Amino acid sequence: MAVTKSIKKVQNSSGKIRAETFFRRTLVVIGAFMALLVLGILITLIVESIPSLKSLGIKYLWGKTWDPVNNVYGAAPFLIGTLLTSFLALIISIPFSFAIAIYLGEYNPQGWLSNLLKNTVELIAAVPSVIYGFWGLLVMVPLVRSLEMKLGVLPYGIGIFTASLILAIMIIPYAASLGREMIRLVPSPLKEAAYSLGATRYEVLRHVILPYTKSGLFAGILLSLGRALGETMAVTMVIGNTSMMPDSIFGPGNTMASVIANEFTEADHTLYLSALIELGLVLFLVTVVINMIGKSIIKKFTNE
Amino acid sequence: MGKSKLVQGLIFFFAFLITVPLVLIILYIFREGITKINWNFLTKIPKPVGEAGGGIVNALIGSMLIVLTASVMAIPLGILCGIYLSENKTGRLPYWSRLSVDVLQGVPSIVIGIVVYFWVVKPIGTFSAFSGSIALGIMMLPILIRSTEETLKLIPFSLKEAGLALGLPYHRVILKVIVPCGISGILSGIMLSIARIAGETAPLLFTAFGNPYLSTNLGRPMQSLPLMIFNYATSPYDDWHDMAWGAALILLFTIMFLNIITKLTTKKWNVQL
Repeated sequence: MAVTKSIKKVQNSSGKIRAETFFRRTLVVIGAFMALLVLGILITLIVESIPSLKSLGIKYLWGKTWDPVNNVYGAAPFLIGTLLTSFLALIISIPFSFAIAIYLGEYNPQGWLSNLLKNTVELIAAVPSVIYGFWGLLVMVPLVRSLEMKLGVLPYGIGIFTASLILAIMIIPYAASLGREMIRLVPSPLKEAAYSLGATRYEVLRHVILPYTKSGLFAGILLSLGRALGETMAVTMVIGNTSMMPDSIFGPGNTMASVIANEFTEADHTLYLSALIELGLVLFLVTVVINMIGKSIIKKFTNE
Repeated sequence: MGKSKLVQGLIFFFAFLITVPLVLIILYIFREGITKINWNFLTKIPKPVGEAGGGIVNALIGSMLIVLTASVMAIPLGILCGIYLSENKTGRLPYWSRLSVDVLQGVPSIVIGIVVYFWVVKPIGTFSAFSGSIALGIMMLPILIRSTEETLKLIPFSLKEAGLALGLPYHRVILKVIVPCGISGILSGIMLSIARIAGETAPLLFTAFGNPYLSTNLGRPMQSLPLMIFNYATSPYDDWHDMAWGAALILLFTIMFLNIITKLTTKKWNVQL
């Protein structure tokens, strides 16, 4: 009786150990799975763009014509379109995101007013991009068109400028919330020292807070940029989708993401599809590099 | 002193200008959308252009099924990976794993669509709701993993020690002591990740693809709310624009509802995300 009991106990505990090792192994497998997933994404993109890499080579990146009917592929219109929309959006968004960061981080960190602002910023990040696109298409486009008529340029309405405006609204939350965290990290003895020397609030901001948080704010801009480069739906809906080289910021264009969204399911031969995937590969690499730089700056900043 | 006041005023002005577009968007969508929503709109499938009536039930059900399937796949994986990363702070595999999560968080959604097209759609030979769920599931993972890891990191080590000292096996300590302690943070991570992907369109373009009819077969193309909004909004027909406004209103309010719930839970349980 006693023997069976102890045997049972041993079996039971070995079962426990088995369950424990099983659990530990599962965790390791899942951890490895994450790394493999990202590696798999990279490899898939590279493998699928081999036909285009082989036959088009490096000059694909600065070829000016994109003409799938005649099998001519040059990515320059999309690269330039992407850079134009993203940087324009970034420039428009910076005053707003910095103002929000400074207001929430330094001027008024608590209270209902700043809570309101904080929630607004969070909701802006939460609105789906297709809804921004739809709203942009039916509300912003006519507005931009009448602006263009006043300016005397061709009144397309849709185009790079409209896309940048929408994009600017969408990326404000990223730089703003990160900037707020960074400004909160400024040690109060530094600020107090400046105040005790008779500095005004503006002087403290200008000479203590901004220099201290410089790199953190820059990281926020990088993360916003990464967001802007990869944004697809809202841009696709308002940019006009033409494969011509953009001739002005008010004209229609195309970004890397929007051309993939538009033409991927239409691509009827290997080289065409592969050229689109190569765009995806470029987009992937660029956004990953930008995000990694941004994140490493943040890590350095928060560890100091 | 004058300059200080001026700068303060400018900062206030620019900071609060951001509320304008949000309010405009919500009001506009509310105004355009609310008149379209009625019982038929919620229970009928779309009619061809020119015929009055018709609804979006195919997109509603499709969205729910696709998001549900994505959640079923991603939530366990995400939580377990979060546990792994919070338990293993140093080491080579955790380092690469953590880096991958960082990378994945920044990958544009359209790229995930492309990759899932080659992983699932092409081998099977047809667009399917299931492949859409995989794409959305991949997008959920970084948010789930991050929120789980950050929550579990904050739980005092003594709790784990106490569990182990009682002779509990490792997996029971984690699953019965550590995870329940951090459940509020994990739950808000889950809701946040669902809110984040419920409005995603780009990864569904080449996976779930869309479908004008009601379908509950995960192996076939399926409509979803964001896809429907995209297709109808870019169409030239006013009827379709109207339907898209109604769908946009439903989508926007669902996502805002999810966000507010998350907000309230994090506030109630004092979770840091």
